[in-house]
Amino acid sequence: MNITKNIHEWLFSLMPATTASIVEMVLIAVVYLGIFAVAGLYLVLLERKVAAWFQLRLGPNRVGYQGLLQTMADALKLVSKELTGTIKADKFLYNLAPYFVIITALMAISLFPFTQEFQAFDINIGIFFLIAISSIGVIGILLAGWSSNNKFALIGAMRSGVQTISYELSVGLSLLTMVLMTGSLQLSQIVEVQKHGWLIVQGHIPAVIAFMIYMIAGTAETNRAPFDLVEAESELGAGFHTEYSGMKFAYFFLAEFINMFIIASIATTVFFGAYLSPFGITENIPLLGVFWFLIKTLAIIFLMMWFRWTFPRLRIDQLLVLEWKYLLPLNLMNLIIMALMVLLGLTIQF
Amino acid sequence: MSYFSDIYNGVKTLLTGMSVTGKYFLHSRKGAITQQYPDNRATLQMFERFRGEVVMPHDENNEHRCTGCQKCELACPNGSIEIIWDRQIDPETGKKKKMIDQHIYHLGMCTMCSLCIEACPTDAIKWAQNFENSVYDRTYLTRVLNKPGSKLMPGVED
Repeated sequence: MNITKNIHEWLFSLMPATTASIVEMVLIAVVYLGIFAVAGLYLVLLERKVAAWFQLRLGPNRVGYQGLLQTMADALKLVSKELTGTIKADKFLYNLAPYFVIITALMAISLFPFTQEFQAFDINIGIFFLIAISSIGVIGILLAGWSSNNKFALIGAMRSGVQTISYELSVGLSLLTMVLMTGSLQLSQIVEVQKHGWLIVQGHIPAVIAFMIYMIAGTAETNRAPFDLVEAESELGAGFHTEYSGMKFAYFFLAEFINMFIIASIATTVFFGAYLSPFGITENIPLLGVFWFLIKTLAIIFLMMWFRWTFPRLRIDQLLVLEWKYLLPLNLMNLIIMALMVLLGLTIQF
Repeated sequence: MSYFSDIYNGVKTLLTGMSVTGKYFLHSRKGAITQQYPDNRATLQMFERFRGEVVMPHDENNEHRCTGCQKCELACPNGSIEIIWDRQIDPETGKKKKMIDQHIYHLGMCTMCSLCIEACPTDAIKWAQNFENSVYDRTYLTRVLNKPGSKLMPGVED
C-alpha cells in the first residue's frame, strides 16, 4: 500500500539500512499487536453475544452501546487485578508460559494476506510455518499446566498435549490435500491460484471433505467445545490456567480467541480465496479485500461458535477414536482421491 | 460396512443438532426470555405458576373462603402458617361454629413448597405473582391473610 511504501522510504532515508529494517519490523509488530488485541477483545464479545442468542438470552448490553465496551471494561479489570500464584510453582516456567502461547499466536497472524499488499510476512513455506507455529502454542499450555503445581492444571495440560498432537495430523493432512491443487505452500501463491475459482469449488467433493475434516480438527486444536477437555470446567476447574489470574489469565484467554481467528483465517485463505471477492465483483477496489477476508473469517468463526453451543463435550477416549479411527484414515483416502483428481485434471476451473 | 454408515449417521446427527440450535439462533431476537428487571418494573408480569407468596383472595363483600379447618397448618412442614380461631355463634343459623380469627402466614419461614395450597379443600389460599418481597424489618414478613372484618363466604361449607 502507498502509506506503507512512504513510511518505508522515509525510514530508509532517515537511518542506515539495518536499523531502518529493524525499526520497520518493530513498527509492524506493534501494528499487529494492536490488531491482535482489538480482534481478541471483540471476538470475546462476539462469542458472548452469539452464545446469548443461541440460548435465547440478550448477552452483554449494559457497558457502552449494546455492550460494545464490555470486554474493554473486563480487560481493564483484569489488568488491575493482583497476580496470584501457588507457592511451590516453578516460577520461571510459570511466568514464561503465557508468553509462549501469545507470541506463537502473534507470529501466526503475521502470515495472512488481508489484501494483495497487506501481508506482513510472505514466506515461501507459509502453510508449513503456520502448522509448525500452531503446534508450538501447545508447549505454552503444557508449561502452564506443569509449572502450576496443581493436579487439575497438570491433567488439563496433558490432555491438551494428547489432543493437539493427535489433531495436528488431521489439520496438516487436510491442508496438504488442498496444497495438491495449488502446488505451493506460499500463501500469496495459494490466493493467486484461487483467482480461477476458490479452492473449495475447484476441488469440489474432496475439497468439501477436507474442509469438514479441517473444521473438526481445527476446533480441536483451539481447545474449544466440543473438544474443550483441556479446560473442562465441570471436572478440572479451569484446566491448565487454573492457577493463573489477572493479566496472565487474560493472555491465555486472548490467545484462545486469537487461535480461533487463526484457524478461521487459514480456512479462509486455503478454502475460500482469502481476500478475493465472490465472482470478482469488487476486483478493481483492492482495499475491499480486508472486508471480504474478515467477512469470510467471521463466518467461519461463527460456525465454530455454532459447534460450541450445539455439541456436548467428548470423552477423552471418544476424542482419540474420532481422530485415529475416523478422521485420519478418511483424510489419507481423501488425499489420494485429490491426487488422482489433480492428475486426471478433474478440478473445476473458471 | 458399518464404518461408512457410522460416519454418515454421525454427520447426519451432527447436522440435525446444528439445525436445531440454528433455529434458536435465528429466532433469538423475538424469543429472548431475559427480563431486564429494574427497567421493566412497571410492566413485568410474572408467569402464572410463579410462587411469590401465599395470599387469601377476598371478594367485593370482604368475604373469603377459609373455613378454619387447619389443614394448611398441618400440611406446612415448617410451621409457617398459624391459624387463630374460636367458636362463635353463626348469626344466620344461631349455632356455634368454628371461625377463623386470624390466618397468620410467616413469609420469612415459607419455603414455597405449595403443600398448604394443595391441602386446602376450599381453595381459600393461592399463590400471588408478586416478586418484590423484601422489607426493612422482618416483622413485616409475618402477615395476616384474612382482612379485618372479613367473614366466610356463604355456601363454601355446603
